Amino acid sequence: MDIGSITSAVFLGLSIGSVFLVAALGLAIIYGTAGVINMAHGELIMLGAYSTFMMQTVLGLPFFICIPLSFVIVGFIGYLIEKVLISSLYNRPLDTLLATWGVSLVLMQGVRIIFGSDPKYVEVPSFLSTNIDLGIVNLSTFRLFVMFICLIMVLATWYLFYRTTFGIKVRAVTQNKDMAASFGINSSRIYSITFAIGAGLAGVAGSLFGAMNIVLPTMGTSYVVEAFLMVVAGGGGLLGSILASALTGQIQSAFAFIYNDTYARFLVFVLIVIFLRFRPQGMISAGASRR
Amino acid sequence: MSVTRRKLLKTSALGAAALATPHIWMPGTREAWGATLTEGEPIKVGLLFSLTGGLAVPEEDSTLVMQYAIDEINAAGGVAGLPIDPVIVDAKSDFKVYSEKTRELILRDKVTSIFGCYTSASRKAVLPTIMQRDNLLFYPTCYEGAECTQNTICTGPLANQHSFDLIPYMVEQFGPRVFFVGSNYVWPKESNKNAKIWLENANGELLGEEYIPLGSSEFGPVLEKIRAANPDFIFSTVVGASDIAFHRQFKQAGLNVDTMPIASLTTGEIETKAMGAEFGAGHFLSAPYFQNMENETNAKFVEGFLSSKYGKNGTTHYNMEETYLSAYVFKAALEKAIEMHGIADVTPRKIRDAAAGVRVEADVSPEGLIWIDEKNFNTWLVPKIGQCQADGSFKIVKEAPEHVAPDPYSIYPDLGTCTADGLLAPDGTLKTDVI
Repeated sequence: MDIGSITSAVFLGLSIGSVFLVAALGLAIIYGTAGVINMAHGELIMLGAYSTFMMQTVLGLPFFICIPLSFVIVGFIGYLIEKVLISSLYNRPLDTLLATWGVSLVLMQGVRIIFGSDPKYVEVPSFLSTNIDLGIVNLSTFRLFVMFICLIMVLATWYLFYRTTFGIKVRAVTQNKDMAASFGINSSRIYSITFAIGAGLAGVAGSLFGAMNIVLPTMGTSYVVEAFLMVVAGGGGLLGSILASALTGQIQSAFAFIYNDTYARFLVFVLIVIFLRFRPQGMISAGASRR
Repeated sequence: MSVTRRKLLKTSALGAAALATPHIWMPGTREAWGATLTEGEPIKVGLLFSLTGGLAVPEEDSTLVMQYAIDEINAAGGVAGLPIDPVIVDAKSDFKVYSEKTRELILRDKVTSIFGCYTSASRKAVLPTIMQRDNLLFYPTCYEGAECTQNTICTGPLANQHSFDLIPYMVEQFGPRVFFVGSNYVWPKESNKNAKIWLENANGELLGEEYIPLGSSEFGPVLEKIRAANPDFIFSTVVGASDIAFHRQFKQAGLNVDTMPIASLTTGEIETKAMGAEFGAGHFLSAPYFQNMENETNAKFVEGFLSSKYGKNGTTHYNMEETYLSAYVFKAALEKAIEMHGIADVTPRKIRDAAAGVRVEADVSPEGLIWIDEKNFNTWLVPKIGQCQADGSFKIVKEAPEHVAPDPYSIYPDLGTCTADGLLAPDGTLKTDVI
């Protein structure tokens, strides 16, 4: 292995990791804060892709505007789901699991009824289809773009949760809901907003994935498994998910270079299972007192 | 482990039931079930495709085009005066459901034939049931071969008809060094075995072979390996959603379509539409049919289908055309069977036997004349190579000079040849129903 292929393996590892993290971030926030295992996360990603598709074809908006708007649209849908369904199911983890799974089926079928099951096409600006040749390594602009958006998402989430009053309230509710309530924090409102933000982040992920791959009613299912793995291996928190994604991305990229892609995936899954056997709480366990 | 009384009772009851109805457990016992025709009654056929789940993209189109073909046949007077009545089921992209629905179609709906499946995995899931009940499966797409049953008719290209002219053409046009990429399942692996033979004959050189999990959308490492190997062209058997990701990431990785095009067996009009024509342009596809083939029959087919209530997807790709042909093969074979045996004595097996040599003439078949092989019941067709244009349509750059015979055992000559009665091994033994 020469320096060029090692550099591109590391770059691809970062890129794969950022795709994982983009998919997992919304899930991590919802799980970390409200303890809800959101089975509909993949379908929220799918809705993000479809809203991007709709904004492009119906309103003719450029791709860059569609990304923040997907956040708003899917965030709003997430807010509605939380208000109507999840809000009455807190403290009943099994029921939320089933209910969100039901929501995922409803969303998938609903989209199929409205849009049909043929694949849709999200257009990206042509400069994102190019690449930057640095001699030893060749960087795809789209991959750089995904990493860039991922960085923005992480920074914005970090700022929101650790540098604002809202963030203090969220962390208070996460640590001890009753205690927080006795200090005048409206915990159900915090949950709704957090759920909406988590859904919105899934919407952004959908915008990116729709442009990268294919827009289909079933597209979410392929991302949700990886997203869950990142959140579980990371321990449910923000930092844990970042670490887990970065590490898994690098491992997968390295194995894919040395062996092949199928084998790499297999090894990554095995390693995660072994890791969780010895550290079931994940890399960095969060919100310990609630659970 | 102890044998409890209850267990013993259960086992002996099952045993008794199995003895009483031998056909449900004895291998090799065949029993045609229902599936006979009655004067004045519509002909029931099953449409066994996935309308939901991961396989819905190609298979929903197959259902739609079958309904279109059936409407067309019925409007022209049906088959021997009887209309065709399709029973549409949803196999939900689940191989268990495929096999359950097959049983349901045969036992409950008593269909005369089943049109269905897109993947080899689903075909292999339904064949045991179809063979046991001696029904008939029209498999309307390409597959790898290496099967010899008495209950299937295939209207798509076999592996030996699929890459034999594509690989020499690409070697001649772009150079001998090639990289194989495929989805990780049976069809790409078998197709690549064939491709290696053609590659050897064309004095090509295989630089690498990579398989990607079905449905995966991460092609980064594979594309880097391709970049490092720097082949003259890529031979791809990547299917479905992965295929779209592959083409997009190919361009995003900065690989050049002019010096390293992808030669695919599956990237047709529907895929290039979904990925965006700018990602598909310049790449190659081997198929017996392309939407913009210039002939009267095809013009009528494309216009008729797209303006019908089934044509909302806006394309007629090779898989749909092969499905359309299967309806006409069925019609021709059934007419022949009725003529030979009389309407009351027609069984699915007799329809299959009558299909030997059945022709679909150029005034019906959009790809031009095709006919069914008399021994292995696959299709004689003219393979073509198309290059994707800037608008996502395909321009035919090469056409085989004549019809190519289907040969399901082309890469396994040691196993024998497929005849109408089964697989004839080189030592003279005849094996029926090899799947």
